[in-house]
Amino acid sequence: MTTSTTASTALSPAQGVWLVAERELSTRLRSKAYLISTGILLVMALAGVIWAGIASATPSTTPVAATTSASALLDGVDGYEVNEVADRAEAEKLVSDGAVDAALVDDSSSPTGIVIIADKEAPQSLLMMLSESPSVELLSPDAGTGPLRYLLGIGFGLVFMMAAITFGTPIATSVVEEKQTRVIEILLSAIPARILLAGKVLGNTLLAISQILLLVVVGTIGLMVSGQGEILQGIGGPIAWFAVFFFFGFILLAAMFAAAGSLVSRQEDVGATMTPVMYLTMIPYFLVIFFGDNPVVMAVLSYVPFSAPVAMPIRLFFDEAAWWEPLAALAIMLVACVVVIMIGAKIYENSLLKMGARVKFRDALRG
Amino acid sequence: MPSGTLQLTGVTKHYGARPVLDDVSFSVEAGHLTGFVGGNGAGKTTTMRIILGLLASDGGTVTLGGSALTADARRQFGYMPEERGLYPKMKVLEQVAYLARLHGFTKADAVAKATALLTELGLGERLNDNLEALSLGNQQRAQIAASLVHDPEVLILDEPFSGLDPLAVETVAGVLQERASRGVSVLFSSHQLDVVERLCDDLVIIAGGTIRAAGPRDRLREEHSAPRWELESTGDVGWLREEPGVSVIDFEGGNAVFDAEDPAIAQRVLRRALEGGEVARFTPQHPSLSQIFKEVIQ
Repeated sequence: MTTSTTASTALSPAQGVWLVAERELSTRLRSKAYLISTGILLVMALAGVIWAGIASATPSTTPVAATTSASALLDGVDGYEVNEVADRAEAEKLVSDGAVDAALVDDSSSPTGIVIIADKEAPQSLLMMLSESPSVELLSPDAGTGPLRYLLGIGFGLVFMMAAITFGTPIATSVVEEKQTRVIEILLSAIPARILLAGKVLGNTLLAISQILLLVVVGTIGLMVSGQGEILQGIGGPIAWFAVFFFFGFILLAAMFAAAGSLVSRQEDVGATMTPVMYLTMIPYFLVIFFGDNPVVMAVLSYVPFSAPVAMPIRLFFDEAAWWEPLAALAIMLVACVVVIMIGAKIYENSLLKMGARVKFRDALRG
Repeated sequence: MPSGTLQLTGVTKHYGARPVLDDVSFSVEAGHLTGFVGGNGAGKTTTMRIILGLLASDGGTVTLGGSALTADARRQFGYMPEERGLYPKMKVLEQVAYLARLHGFTKADAVAKATALLTELGLGERLNDNLEALSLGNQQRAQIAASLVHDPEVLILDEPFSGLDPLAVETVAGVLQERASRGVSVLFSSHQLDVVERLCDDLVIIAGGTIRAAGPRDRLREEHSAPRWELESTGDVGWLREEPGVSVIDFEGGNAVFDAEDPAIAQRVLRRALEGGEVARFTPQHPSLSQIFKEVIQ
């Protein structure tokens, strides 16, 4: 191909999409606000992971005083730093000085033969350890309940919701910006609306994905550095699935954000049309947290395109989903993507040149 | 590069039940500056959007050089919308080059063309400033650059002169004339009738969604000239009032403005005036564009 200085050649759709995406990317990457907030997010993620590692590596110990005979009760128990004392008076002094959290002394008048002396409140763990509880046997233990499931739900949910809002909102506002400044008329005299929409969605999806990947890399490095590498073994697969679902889930949301933006002509009005899309990004997060231990609800959520990116990886992590289930959910997601993009593109095309009052959803669909 | 005549034939458009354009037909010749004149809400912007394919018409055709407009052909159009708009937070050079790339130029060509054009328009010093940092007049120049950067064969400009100071009007007019001399078809709307009158080869006057007059400027002027003459002489021309076939419009000493039924009568008046003294000026009076405009939109 020869290059001439005066001739232009028709853009292929792919070239057009990429040009628009490139502008979205370079505009965002040059914005100080974006770079600073990304930096803060990464530093917080790294600090959180490392802090968790340090906290678990050095379990906290409770200093207690104990007379020689009472200290036998704490023999071989982790988490207590025992200061042996001669008698009750010395123990009380250490407690009231604050040198120890509690003291354990013999007292023949107590039914257990010992007394815990504390300043204002006795440490719960000490009480629990010295109390006798009947042993419990569960007939149908619920394997799923537990802090890990809850944490995973919050983790995936939060990342998905935050990324959707952080990267979805700018799509809507940039669509409105183009309408508000009327640059849209010039753009549309050069390229079709669908190309413009596709470029915007692609550019912002790439931004979102790259930020998620950065987070994963930083998190992994943090886990390795702080010696928590073994956590990664169980969670690698679900995270990979999360990334795949996230990619398509975000495209879905991006098309909706773009359509929402195209319905209004001024930044002040964009909140109103964006609200329903915001709910769609938040609802799965709350549902997964509230119904995280309900297998039926989780199974349904893992197939609904909006909540699948959060629910399916959790089910995978706990081995609750068969191998074909993520594939089926992905297929549903792809179909939803195509349908939503088609509807979104229609709304977008029909609303872009309508200025002034908010375009009614019905009119936008009909054209 | 001349692309042939841009021809609108019987274009109609309704917004809901309200008719906006009714049987609009006119042509824009290659190499001509065509002025598009009409009041607010007359249908100028709608017509331009239909030419560009931003709006679909309800009926009628738009052709270029005899063939129906395709999306590819429209890519060779340059457009300046009525409401100005470029990205406020993007550098001037960058966004003009971006638009050139959207029209299919390579990155290097786009940057070179944008730099040359912006410099020609007097923005050479401001290439790397954000658009929002420019004065309104300079933003307007950037806007014109945005519509010209891809060397369009057809230029559709909605109010290109509004908001410009007299110097900037000259700069922009110069650029448009230069483009027309290279064979580009230029259609522009304006409320500044004096500028339109001075610049345009052809005129299109629209009112209430219908074309009231269209054609070469000079022909329109003649068509709408009353047979009116202006006489300036040293003698007293009071006798004009009694002259058959003449009605005096204005009279003062040796100066008079009169309508003559035909040119022969006007010549008779001139001869008689020469007998009575020196004639400094004797000229057929052409109406100004604003007079024609008022006349045809009624």
